[in-house]
Amino acid sequence: MSESRGTRAWRWLREHAVNIVAALVVVYLLLPIAVILLFSFNNPQGRYNYTWVGFTLDHWAHAFSRPELNEALVTSLKLALLATAVSTIVGTMMALALVRHKFRGRRLANFLIVIPMATPEVVMGAALLSFFLIIGTFSLGFETLLIAHVMFCISFVVVVVRSRLIGFDRSLEEAARDLGADPFETFRLVTLPLIMPGIFGAAMLAFALSIDDFVISNFNSGTTVTFPLYIYGASQRGIPVEVNVIAMILFSVTVAAMGFATWQQRRAEKMASVRPEQEEAPMMPMPGTAAAQ
Amino acid sequence: MRRRIVPYFLLGPGTIWLVVFFVIPLYYMAKLSLESGVVGSLEFNWHWANYSEALSAYDTQFVRSFYYAGAATLLALLISYPLAYAIAFKAGRWRNLMLFAVVAPFFTTYLIRTIAWETILSDESPVTEFLHTIGLAPSGHILATGPAVIAGLTYNFLPFMILPIYASLERIDVRLIEAAKDLYSSAGQAFWRVTLPLSAPGIVAGTLLTFIPAAGDYVNAQFLGGAGNRMIGNVIQSLYLSQADYPSAAALSFVLMALIMIAVVVYIRFAGSEALMGEEAR
Repeated sequence: MSESRGTRAWRWLREHAVNIVAALVVVYLLLPIAVILLFSFNNPQGRYNYTWVGFTLDHWAHAFSRPELNEALVTSLKLALLATAVSTIVGTMMALALVRHKFRGRRLANFLIVIPMATPEVVMGAALLSFFLIIGTFSLGFETLLIAHVMFCISFVVVVVRSRLIGFDRSLEEAARDLGADPFETFRLVTLPLIMPGIFGAAMLAFALSIDDFVISNFNSGTTVTFPLYIYGASQRGIPVEVNVIAMILFSVTVAAMGFATWQQRRAEKMASVRPEQEEAPMMPMPGTAAAQ
Repeated sequence: MRRRIVPYFLLGPGTIWLVVFFVIPLYYMAKLSLESGVVGSLEFNWHWANYSEALSAYDTQFVRSFYYAGAATLLALLISYPLAYAIAFKAGRWRNLMLFAVVAPFFTTYLIRTIAWETILSDESPVTEFLHTIGLAPSGHILATGPAVIAGLTYNFLPFMILPIYASLERIDVRLIEAAKDLYSSAGQAFWRVTLPLSAPGIVAGTLLTFIPAAGDYVNAQFLGGAGNRMIGNVIQSLYLSQADYPSAAALSFVLMALIMIAVVVYIRFAGSEALMGEEAR
Protein backbone atom coordinates (compact mmCIF):
# COMPACT_ATOMS: atom_id res chain seq x y z
CA MET A 1 0.00 0.00 0.00
CA SER A 2 1.51 3.35 -0.94
CA GLU A 3 1.02 6.52 1.01
CA SER A 4 -0.66 9.44 -0.64
CA ARG A 5 1.56 12.32 -1.63
CA GLY A 6 -0.01 14.53 1.03
CA THR A 7 0.82 12.20 3.89
CA ARG A 8 4.34 11.79 2.64
CA ALA A 9 4.86 15.54 2.44
CA TRP A 10 3.44 15.87 5.94
CA ARG A 11 5.79 13.18 7.23
CA TRP A 12 8.76 14.86 5.59
CA LEU A 13 7.75 18.16 7.14
CA ARG A 14 7.39 16.60 10.58
CA GLU A 15 10.73 14.87 10.38
CA HIS A 16 12.52 17.98 9.28
CA ALA A 17 10.56 20.55 11.31
CA VAL A 18 13.44 21.15 13.73
CA ASN A 19 15.90 21.63 10.88
CA ILE A 20 13.60 24.05 9.08
CA VAL A 21 13.12 26.16 12.20
CA ALA A 22 16.88 26.02 12.84
CA ALA A 23 17.61 27.21 9.30
CA LEU A 24 15.18 30.12 9.74
CA VAL A 25 16.88 31.09 13.01
CA VAL A 26 20.28 31.02 11.29
CA VAL A 27 18.90 33.38 8.63
CA TYR A 28 17.57 35.64 11.39
CA LEU A 29 20.98 35.64 13.11
CA LEU A 30 22.82 36.56 9.93
CA LEU A 31 20.28 39.04 8.51
CA PRO A 32 21.68 42.18 10.22
CA ILE A 33 25.22 41.22 9.19
CA ALA A 34 24.00 40.95 5.59
CA VAL A 35 22.38 44.38 5.96
CA ILE A 36 25.60 45.90 7.33
CA LEU A 37 27.54 44.40 4.40
CA LEU A 38 24.95 45.55 1.85
CA PHE A 39 24.89 49.11 3.19
CA SER A 40 28.69 49.28 3.10
CA PHE A 41 28.23 49.42 -0.69
CA ASN A 42 25.48 52.02 -0.49
CA ASN A 43 25.81 55.44 -2.02
CA PRO A 44 23.54 57.63 0.13
CA GLN A 45 22.90 61.17 -1.07
CA GLY A 46 22.32 62.76 2.33
CA ARG A 47 24.04 62.08 5.60
CA TYR A 48 21.81 59.18 6.59
CA ASN A 49 22.68 55.66 5.47
CA TYR A 50 19.26 54.12 6.18
CA THR A 51 17.73 53.60 2.75
CA TRP A 52 19.27 51.93 -0.26
CA VAL A 53 20.26 54.38 -3.00
CA GLY A 54 22.79 52.75 -5.29
CA PHE A 55 25.87 50.57 -5.49
CA THR A 56 29.37 52.02 -5.10
CA LEU A 57 32.82 50.77 -4.12
CA ASP A 58 33.94 54.29 -3.11
CA HIS A 59 33.64 53.73 0.61
CA TRP A 60 35.62 50.51 0.48
CA ALA A 61 38.31 52.27 -1.55
CA HIS A 62 38.45 55.10 0.99
CA ALA A 63 37.74 53.11 4.16
CA PHE A 64 40.22 55.09 6.23
CA SER A 65 39.44 58.55 4.90
CA ARG A 66 37.87 59.90 8.10
CA PRO A 67 40.51 60.98 10.61
CA GLU A 68 38.14 61.04 13.61
CA LEU A 69 36.94 57.53 12.84
CA ASN A 70 40.51 56.27 12.42
CA GLU A 71 41.52 57.83 15.69
CA ALA A 72 38.59 56.18 17.47
CA LEU A 73 39.50 52.84 15.91
CA VAL A 74 43.14 53.12 17.00
CA THR A 75 42.03 54.04 20.53
CA SER A 76 39.72 51.00 20.62
CA LEU A 77 42.44 48.66 19.38
CA LYS A 78 45.01 49.98 21.86
CA LEU A 79 42.50 49.76 24.69
CA ALA A 80 41.40 46.24 23.75
CA LEU A 81 44.98 44.96 23.45
CA LEU A 82 46.01 46.37 26.83
CA ALA A 83 42.80 45.28 28.58
CA THR A 84 43.19 41.79 27.06
CA ALA A 85 46.82 41.47 28.17
CA VAL A 86 46.15 42.54 31.76
CA SER A 87 42.87 40.66 32.24
CA THR A 88 44.21 37.46 30.66
CA ILE A 89 47.26 37.33 32.93
CA VAL A 90 45.37 38.26 36.09
CA GLY A 91 42.39 36.05 35.25
CA THR A 92 44.52 33.00 34.41
CA MET A 93 46.28 33.33 37.76
CA MET A 94 42.92 33.43 39.53
CA ALA A 95 41.67 30.39 37.61
CA LEU A 96 44.81 28.46 38.58
CA ALA A 97 44.29 29.32 42.24
CA LEU A 98 40.63 28.31 42.17
CA VAL A 99 41.09 24.97 40.42
CA ARG A 100 44.45 23.87 41.82
CA HIS A 101 44.31 24.97 45.44
CA LYS A 102 42.12 24.51 48.47
CA PHE A 103 42.22 27.59 50.67
CA ARG A 104 40.14 29.69 53.02
CA GLY A 105 37.95 32.20 51.25
CA ARG A 106 37.56 30.13 48.08
CA ARG A 107 33.78 30.53 48.03
CA LEU A 108 34.13 34.26 48.58
CA ALA A 109 36.59 34.49 45.67
CA ASN A 110 34.15 32.59 43.47
CA PHE A 111 31.37 34.92 44.48
CA LEU A 112 33.53 37.96 43.68
CA ILE A 113 34.08 36.57 40.18
CA VAL A 114 30.45 35.68 39.48
CA ILE A 115 28.86 38.86 40.75
CA PRO A 116 30.19 41.26 38.05
CA MET A 117 28.75 38.93 35.39
CA ALA A 118 25.36 39.10 37.10
CA THR A 119 25.38 42.90 37.30
CA PRO A 120 23.83 44.93 34.50
CA GLU A 121 26.41 46.99 32.64
CA VAL A 122 24.62 50.24 33.29
CA VAL A 123 24.99 49.68 37.05
CA MET A 124 28.71 48.87 36.71
CA GLY A 125 29.25 51.92 34.54
CA ALA A 126 27.35 54.20 36.92
CA ALA A 127 29.14 52.83 40.00
CA LEU A 128 32.58 53.30 38.45
CA LEU A 129 31.72 56.83 37.37
CA SER A 130 30.53 57.65 40.91
CA PHE A 131 33.82 56.28 42.25
CA PHE A 132 35.98 58.19 39.77
CA LEU A 133 34.08 61.43 40.38
CA ILE A 134 34.27 61.21 44.16
CA ILE A 135 37.88 60.12 44.66
CA GLY A 136 39.11 62.38 41.84
CA THR A 137 42.48 60.60 41.50
CA PHE A 138 41.88 59.52 37.92
CA SER A 139 40.96 61.90 35.14
CA LEU A 140 38.26 60.41 32.92
CA GLY A 141 39.73 59.15 29.66
CA PHE A 142 41.91 56.31 28.40
CA GLU A 143 43.11 55.48 31.90
CA THR A 144 39.64 55.04 33.37
CA LEU A 145 38.49 53.13 30.28
CA LEU A 146 41.37 50.69 30.72
CA ILE A 147 40.55 50.20 34.41
CA ALA A 148 36.89 49.54 33.55
CA HIS A 149 37.61 47.18 30.65
CA VAL A 150 40.05 45.06 32.65
CA MET A 151 37.48 44.91 35.46
CA PHE A 152 34.66 43.48 33.35
CA CYS A 153 36.95 41.13 31.36
CA ILE A 154 38.54 39.39 34.37
CA SER A 155 35.50 37.29 35.30
CA PHE A 156 35.04 35.98 31.77
CA VAL A 157 38.73 35.04 31.51
CA VAL A 158 38.55 33.15 34.82
CA VAL A 159 35.46 31.21 33.74
CA VAL A 160 36.93 30.20 30.37
CA VAL A 161 40.38 29.20 31.68
CA ARG A 162 38.82 27.39 34.65
CA SER A 163 36.69 25.21 32.37
CA ARG A 164 39.88 24.24 30.54
CA LEU A 165 41.78 23.48 33.76
CA ILE A 166 39.01 21.27 35.13
CA GLY A 167 39.50 18.75 32.31
CA PHE A 168 43.26 18.70 32.84
CA ASP A 169 45.08 15.39 33.27
CA ARG A 170 47.42 16.04 36.21
CA SER A 171 49.38 12.80 35.72
CA LEU A 172 51.27 14.62 32.95
CA GLU A 173 52.60 17.06 35.51
CA GLU A 174 53.47 14.26 37.90
CA ALA A 175 55.41 12.58 35.09
CA ALA A 176 57.38 15.79 34.51
CA ARG A 177 58.15 16.01 38.23
CA ASP A 178 59.24 12.36 38.29
CA LEU A 179 61.60 13.11 35.44
CA GLY A 180 63.28 15.77 37.53
CA ALA A 181 61.56 19.03 36.51
CA ASP A 182 61.15 21.62 39.26
CA PRO A 183 57.69 23.20 39.79
CA PHE A 184 58.44 26.19 37.57
CA GLU A 185 59.82 24.04 34.77
CA THR A 186 56.78 21.79 35.02
CA PHE A 187 54.51 24.80 34.75
CA ARG A 188 56.41 26.37 31.88
CA LEU A 189 57.01 23.20 29.86
CA VAL A 190 53.91 21.10 30.58
CA THR A 191 51.00 22.99 32.16
CA LEU A 192 51.20 26.23 30.22
CA PRO A 193 51.43 24.70 26.70
CA LEU A 194 48.49 22.42 27.50
CA ILE A 195 46.18 25.14 28.78
CA MET A 196 47.34 27.59 26.10
CA PRO A 197 44.30 27.05 23.82
CA GLY A 198 42.05 27.91 26.78
CA ILE A 199 44.08 31.02 27.57
CA PHE A 200 44.03 32.01 23.90
CA GLY A 201 40.25 31.55 23.77
CA ALA A 202 39.87 33.63 26.93
CA ALA A 203 42.06 36.35 25.45
CA MET A 204 39.97 36.44 22.29
CA LEU A 205 36.81 36.71 24.32
CA ALA A 206 38.29 39.55 26.41
CA PHE A 207 39.37 41.33 23.23
CA ALA A 208 35.91 40.97 21.70
CA LEU A 209 34.20 42.21 24.89
CA SER A 210 36.51 45.19 25.15
CA ILE A 211 36.43 46.36 21.55
CA ASP A 212 32.63 46.09 21.45
CA ASP A 213 31.89 47.67 24.82
CA PHE A 214 29.61 50.64 24.68
CA VAL A 215 27.65 51.01 27.92
CA ILE A 216 30.48 51.07 30.49
CA SER A 217 32.64 53.17 28.15
CA ASN A 218 29.76 55.58 27.66
CA PHE A 219 29.94 56.37 31.38
CA ASN A 220 33.70 56.46 31.91
CA SER A 221 35.27 57.81 28.73
CA GLY A 222 35.44 61.53 29.48
CA THR A 223 36.32 63.04 26.10
CA THR A 224 38.13 59.95 24.78
CA VAL A 225 36.33 58.37 21.82
CA THR A 226 36.37 54.64 21.08
CA PHE A 227 34.92 52.99 17.97
CA PRO A 228 31.49 52.26 19.53
CA LEU A 229 31.41 55.73 21.10
CA TYR A 230 32.18 57.27 17.70
CA ILE A 231 29.24 55.39 16.20
CA TYR A 232 27.00 56.56 19.03
CA GLY A 233 28.04 60.17 18.55
CA ALA A 234 27.66 59.90 14.78
CA SER A 235 24.24 58.24 14.98
CA GLN A 236 22.63 61.59 15.78
CA ARG A 237 24.10 63.39 12.77
CA GLY A 238 24.20 60.44 10.33
CA ILE A 239 26.63 57.52 10.38
CA PRO A 240 29.20 57.57 7.55
CA VAL A 241 29.25 54.50 5.29
CA GLU A 242 32.91 53.97 6.24
CA VAL A 243 31.64 52.73 9.63
CA ASN A 244 29.97 49.78 7.86
CA VAL A 245 33.13 49.12 5.87
CA ILE A 246 35.30 49.09 9.00
CA ALA A 247 32.75 46.93 10.81
CA MET A 248 32.99 44.37 8.02
CA ILE A 249 36.80 44.52 8.08
CA LEU A 250 36.76 43.89 11.84
CA PHE A 251 34.30 41.06 11.26
CA SER A 252 36.59 39.38 8.72
CA VAL A 253 39.65 39.75 10.94
CA THR A 254 37.79 38.21 13.88
CA VAL A 255 36.57 35.32 11.75
CA ALA A 256 40.14 34.69 10.60
CA ALA A 257 41.41 34.81 14.19
CA MET A 258 38.71 32.37 15.25
CA GLY A 259 39.62 30.02 12.42
CA PHE A 260 43.22 30.17 13.57
CA ALA A 261 42.21 29.49 17.19
CA THR A 262 40.16 26.45 16.18
CA TRP A 263 43.03 25.11 14.12
CA GLN A 264 45.50 25.68 16.95
CA GLN A 265 43.19 24.05 19.46
CA ARG A 266 42.72 20.96 17.30
CA ARG A 267 46.44 20.69 16.77
CA ALA A 268 47.13 21.00 20.48
CA GLU A 269 44.52 18.39 21.23
CA LYS A 270 45.94 16.02 18.67
CA MET A 271 49.49 16.53 19.91
CA ALA A 272 48.77 16.05 23.57
CA SER A 273 45.50 14.11 23.48
CA VAL A 274 44.92 15.38 27.00
CA ARG A 275 41.26 14.52 26.94
CA PRO A 276 41.09 11.60 24.53
CA GLU A 277 37.55 10.63 25.50
CA GLN A 278 36.09 14.07 24.85
CA GLU A 279 34.70 15.35 21.62
CA GLU A 280 36.21 18.49 20.19
CA ALA A 281 35.28 21.61 22.09
CA PRO A 282 33.04 24.24 20.50
CA MET A 283 35.01 26.60 18.35
CA MET A 284 35.24 29.49 20.74
CA PRO A 285 34.53 29.50 24.44
CA MET A 286 31.77 32.03 24.98
CA PRO A 287 30.48 33.29 28.31
CA GLY A 288 27.36 31.21 27.97
CA THR A 289 28.92 27.83 27.43
CA ALA A 290 31.53 28.46 30.04
CA ALA A 291 29.03 29.48 32.68
CA ALA A 292 27.02 26.36 32.04
CA GLN A 293 29.95 24.07 32.58
CA MET B 1 54.07 27.27 54.68
CA ARG B 2 55.14 28.40 51.21
CA ARG B 3 52.42 26.34 49.55
CA ARG B 4 49.74 28.03 51.59
CA ILE B 5 50.77 31.44 50.29
CA VAL B 6 50.66 30.35 46.63
CA PRO B 7 46.88 30.55 46.07
CA TYR B 8 46.69 33.98 47.69
CA PHE B 9 49.58 35.20 45.55
CA LEU B 10 47.77 33.93 42.43
CA LEU B 11 44.47 35.45 43.47
CA GLY B 12 45.94 38.72 44.71
CA PRO B 13 46.09 41.00 41.68
CA GLY B 14 42.68 40.00 40.29
CA THR B 15 41.00 40.19 43.67
CA ILE B 16 42.46 43.61 44.36
CA TRP B 17 41.31 44.82 40.94
CA LEU B 18 37.76 43.54 41.45
CA VAL B 19 37.53 44.87 45.02
CA VAL B 20 38.92 48.32 44.18
CA PHE B 21 37.10 48.80 40.88
CA PHE B 22 33.90 46.86 41.43
CA VAL B 23 33.06 46.49 45.14
CA ILE B 24 34.33 49.86 46.36
CA PRO B 25 32.61 51.77 43.52
CA LEU B 26 29.34 50.12 44.59
CA TYR B 27 29.98 51.45 48.10
CA TYR B 28 30.61 54.95 46.73
CA MET B 29 27.46 54.76 44.66
CA ALA B 30 25.51 53.65 47.75
CA LYS B 31 26.82 56.67 49.62
CA LEU B 32 25.97 58.92 46.70
CA SER B 33 22.43 57.58 46.59
CA LEU B 34 21.86 58.88 50.13
CA GLU B 35 23.20 62.38 49.57
CA SER B 36 21.21 65.50 48.94
CA GLY B 37 21.90 68.86 47.37
CA VAL B 38 23.15 69.88 43.95
CA VAL B 39 26.40 68.89 42.24
CA GLY B 40 29.29 70.70 43.85
CA SER B 41 27.64 70.84 47.27
CA LEU B 42 26.35 67.30 47.72
CA GLU B 43 26.08 66.30 51.33
CA PHE B 44 25.73 62.87 52.89
CA ASN B 45 22.72 62.85 55.21
CA TRP B 46 20.95 59.49 54.85
CA HIS B 47 18.57 61.08 52.36
CA TRP B 48 16.33 58.03 51.81
CA ALA B 49 13.86 60.23 49.98
CA ASN B 50 16.05 59.83 46.88
CA TYR B 51 14.81 56.26 46.72
CA SER B 52 11.13 56.93 47.22
CA GLU B 53 11.17 59.92 44.86
CA ALA B 54 13.08 58.09 42.14
CA LEU B 55 10.83 55.06 42.45
CA SER B 56 7.60 56.99 42.25
CA ALA B 57 8.88 59.12 39.37
CA TYR B 58 10.13 56.19 37.28
CA ASP B 59 7.98 53.22 38.28
CA THR B 60 6.58 52.88 34.74
CA GLN B 61 10.10 52.57 33.32
CA PHE B 62 10.91 49.87 35.88
CA VAL B 63 7.82 47.86 35.04
CA ARG B 64 8.45 48.36 31.33
CA SER B 65 12.09 47.21 31.61
CA PHE B 66 11.12 44.00 33.35
CA TYR B 67 8.26 43.41 30.93
CA TYR B 68 10.46 43.97 27.85
CA ALA B 69 13.31 41.90 29.28
CA GLY B 70 10.92 39.08 30.29
CA ALA B 71 9.26 39.03 26.87
CA ALA B 72 12.63 39.09 25.10
CA THR B 73 13.91 36.24 27.30
CA LEU B 74 10.85 34.10 26.58
CA LEU B 75 11.05 34.77 22.84
CA ALA B 76 14.78 34.05 22.82
CA LEU B 77 14.14 30.74 24.59
CA LEU B 78 11.48 29.71 22.06
CA ILE B 79 13.75 30.63 19.15
CA SER B 80 16.94 29.19 20.65
CA TYR B 81 15.82 25.76 21.70
CA PRO B 82 15.08 24.34 18.23
CA LEU B 83 18.35 25.73 16.89
CA ALA B 84 20.40 24.43 19.83
CA TYR B 85 18.65 21.06 19.47
CA ALA B 86 19.35 20.91 15.75
CA ILE B 87 23.03 21.80 16.26
CA ALA B 88 23.44 19.21 19.01
CA PHE B 89 21.60 16.28 17.44
CA LYS B 90 20.96 16.87 13.75
CA ALA B 91 23.63 19.12 12.31
CA GLY B 92 26.29 16.47 11.63
CA ARG B 93 29.04 18.02 9.58
CA TRP B 94 27.18 21.35 9.52
CA ARG B 95 27.67 21.71 13.26
CA ASN B 96 30.72 23.99 13.25
CA LEU B 97 29.23 26.18 10.56
CA MET B 98 26.02 26.60 12.54
CA LEU B 99 27.94 27.37 15.72
CA PHE B 100 29.77 29.98 13.71
CA ALA B 101 26.44 31.52 12.66
CA VAL B 102 25.47 31.72 16.33
CA VAL B 103 28.54 33.67 17.42
CA ALA B 104 28.88 35.67 14.19
CA PRO B 105 26.70 38.57 15.45
CA PHE B 106 29.23 39.11 18.25
CA PHE B 107 31.88 39.89 15.65
CA THR B 108 30.04 42.99 14.52
CA THR B 109 29.73 45.91 16.88
CA TYR B 110 26.66 45.87 19.14
CA LEU B 111 25.66 49.40 18.13
CA ILE B 112 25.97 48.69 14.40
CA ARG B 113 23.86 45.54 14.76
CA THR B 114 21.16 47.55 16.50
CA ILE B 115 21.34 50.26 13.87
CA ALA B 116 21.05 47.55 11.20
CA TRP B 117 17.77 46.55 12.86
CA GLU B 118 16.71 50.17 12.65
CA THR B 119 17.10 49.83 8.88
CA ILE B 120 15.40 46.42 8.76
CA LEU B 121 12.38 47.60 10.77
CA SER B 122 12.02 51.02 9.13
CA ASP B 123 8.76 51.81 7.35
CA GLU B 124 10.19 51.39 3.83
CA SER B 125 11.91 48.05 4.43
CA PRO B 126 10.67 44.84 2.75
CA VAL B 127 10.51 43.15 6.18
CA THR B 128 8.05 45.73 7.50
CA GLU B 129 5.99 45.51 4.31
CA PHE B 130 5.89 41.72 4.55
CA LEU B 131 4.81 41.79 8.20
CA HIS B 132 2.18 44.40 7.29
CA THR B 133 0.87 42.19 4.48
CA ILE B 134 0.49 39.12 6.68
CA GLY B 135 -1.22 41.24 9.31
CA LEU B 136 1.48 41.26 12.00
CA ALA B 137 2.06 45.01 11.69
CA PRO B 138 -1.41 46.44 11.08
CA SER B 139 -0.31 50.07 11.23
CA GLY B 140 2.61 49.57 8.85
CA HIS B 141 5.03 50.93 11.47
CA ILE B 142 7.27 48.81 13.66
CA LEU B 143 10.02 51.24 14.57
CA ALA B 144 9.47 53.33 17.71
CA THR B 145 7.12 50.78 19.28
CA GLY B 146 7.47 48.34 22.18
CA PRO B 147 7.64 45.26 19.91
CA ALA B 148 10.59 46.82 18.05
CA VAL B 149 12.51 47.19 21.33
CA ILE B 150 11.62 43.63 22.36
CA ALA B 151 12.73 42.37 18.94
CA GLY B 152 16.05 44.18 19.29
CA LEU B 153 16.65 42.84 22.80
CA THR B 154 15.76 39.32 21.66
CA TYR B 155 18.19 39.48 18.77
CA ASN B 156 21.08 41.07 20.61
CA PHE B 157 21.15 38.58 23.47
CA LEU B 158 20.15 35.47 21.49
CA PRO B 159 23.65 33.89 21.42
CA PHE B 160 23.70 34.03 25.24
CA MET B 161 20.62 31.80 25.19
CA ILE B 162 21.64 29.44 22.40
CA LEU B 163 25.16 28.59 23.60
CA PRO B 164 24.37 27.34 27.14
CA ILE B 165 21.37 25.34 25.88
CA TYR B 166 23.55 23.84 23.17
CA ALA B 167 26.27 23.04 25.72
CA SER B 168 23.82 21.20 27.98
CA LEU B 169 22.16 19.31 25.09
CA GLU B 170 25.50 18.30 23.67
CA ARG B 171 26.49 16.68 26.96
CA ILE B 172 23.41 14.45 27.07
CA ASP B 173 24.21 10.77 26.73
CA VAL B 174 22.22 9.78 23.65
CA ARG B 175 21.83 6.28 25.08
CA LEU B 176 19.43 7.69 27.68
CA ILE B 177 17.10 8.89 24.92
CA GLU B 178 17.47 5.55 23.11
CA ALA B 179 16.66 3.73 26.35
CA ALA B 180 13.45 5.74 26.70
CA LYS B 181 12.48 4.75 23.18
CA ASP B 182 13.36 1.09 23.82
CA LEU B 183 10.99 1.27 26.76
CA TYR B 184 8.21 2.23 24.36
CA SER B 185 8.08 5.98 24.88
CA SER B 186 7.10 7.96 21.82
CA ALA B 187 9.55 10.50 20.40
CA GLY B 188 7.50 13.24 22.07
CA GLN B 189 7.52 11.54 25.48
CA ALA B 190 11.26 10.90 25.23
CA PHE B 191 11.76 14.59 24.56
CA TRP B 192 9.52 15.91 27.34
CA ARG B 193 10.64 13.44 29.99
CA VAL B 194 14.32 12.88 29.17
CA THR B 195 15.87 15.45 26.85
CA LEU B 196 14.15 18.58 28.17
CA PRO B 197 14.81 17.93 31.89
CA LEU B 198 18.45 17.08 31.14
CA SER B 199 18.88 20.39 29.32
CA ALA B 200 17.40 22.38 32.23
CA PRO B 201 20.78 23.73 33.46
CA GLY B 202 21.36 25.22 30.03
CA ILE B 203 17.91 26.80 30.01
CA VAL B 204 18.49 28.30 33.46
CA ALA B 205 21.90 29.69 32.50
CA GLY B 206 20.59 30.99 29.18
CA THR B 207 17.57 32.77 30.63
CA LEU B 208 19.75 34.48 33.26
CA LEU B 209 22.40 35.50 30.73
CA THR B 210 19.65 36.99 28.56
CA PHE B 211 17.41 38.56 31.19
CA ILE B 212 20.08 40.36 33.23
CA PRO B 213 21.66 42.37 30.40
CA ALA B 214 18.27 42.94 28.75
CA ALA B 215 16.72 44.44 31.90
CA GLY B 216 19.50 47.03 32.20
CA ASP B 217 19.86 47.77 28.48
CA TYR B 218 19.29 51.23 27.01
CA VAL B 219 20.73 50.92 23.52
CA ASN B 220 17.78 49.06 21.99
CA ALA B 221 15.20 51.38 23.53
CA GLN B 222 17.15 54.39 22.31
CA PHE B 223 17.56 53.28 18.70
CA LEU B 224 14.47 51.15 18.13
CA GLY B 225 11.97 52.62 20.59
CA GLY B 226 10.14 55.90 20.75
CA ALA B 227 9.55 58.38 23.56
CA GLY B 228 7.03 55.98 25.11
CA ASN B 229 9.44 53.03 25.22
CA ARG B 230 12.17 54.33 27.52
CA MET B 231 13.58 51.70 29.84
CA ILE B 232 15.14 52.24 33.26
CA GLY B 233 18.63 52.09 31.68
CA ASN B 234 17.75 55.13 29.57
CA VAL B 235 16.68 57.00 32.69
CA ILE B 236 19.87 56.14 34.59
CA GLN B 237 22.01 57.11 31.60
CA SER B 238 20.37 60.48 31.09
CA LEU B 239 20.26 61.33 34.81
CA TYR B 240 23.97 60.52 35.08
CA LEU B 241 25.33 61.83 31.81
CA SER B 242 23.10 64.73 30.80
CA GLN B 243 21.23 65.94 33.88
CA ALA B 244 24.00 65.30 36.44
CA ASP B 245 21.40 64.23 39.00
CA TYR B 246 23.78 61.74 40.57
CA PRO B 247 21.88 60.89 43.78
CA SER B 248 18.68 59.91 41.95
CA ALA B 249 20.60 57.99 39.29
CA ALA B 250 22.59 56.14 41.96
CA ALA B 251 19.39 55.26 43.84
CA LEU B 252 17.80 53.95 40.64
CA SER B 253 20.90 51.86 39.86
CA PHE B 254 20.68 50.24 43.28
CA VAL B 255 16.99 49.52 42.96
CA LEU B 256 17.63 47.98 39.53
CA MET B 257 20.45 45.84 40.88
CA ALA B 258 18.39 44.77 43.90
CA LEU B 259 15.34 43.88 41.80
CA ILE B 260 17.48 41.83 39.42
CA MET B 261 19.18 40.06 42.35
CA ILE B 262 15.78 39.24 43.86
CA ALA B 263 14.50 37.97 40.52
CA VAL B 264 17.63 35.85 40.07
CA VAL B 265 17.50 34.40 43.59
CA VAL B 266 13.81 33.52 43.30
CA TYR B 267 14.39 32.03 39.88
CA ILE B 268 17.36 29.96 41.04
CA ARG B 269 15.47 28.68 44.11
CA PHE B 270 12.79 27.65 41.71
CA ALA B 271 14.99 26.27 38.96
CA GLY B 272 18.08 24.91 40.74
CA SER B 273 21.37 26.62 41.45
CA GLU B 274 23.80 24.63 39.33
CA ALA B 275 23.83 26.93 36.37
CA LEU B 276 24.93 30.25 37.76
CA MET B 277 27.61 29.19 40.19
CA GLY B 278 29.10 26.52 37.94
CA GLU B 279 31.10 23.89 39.77
CA GLU B 280 30.73 25.46 43.15
CA ALA B 281 27.05 24.96 43.84
CA ARG B 282 26.98 21.26 43.10
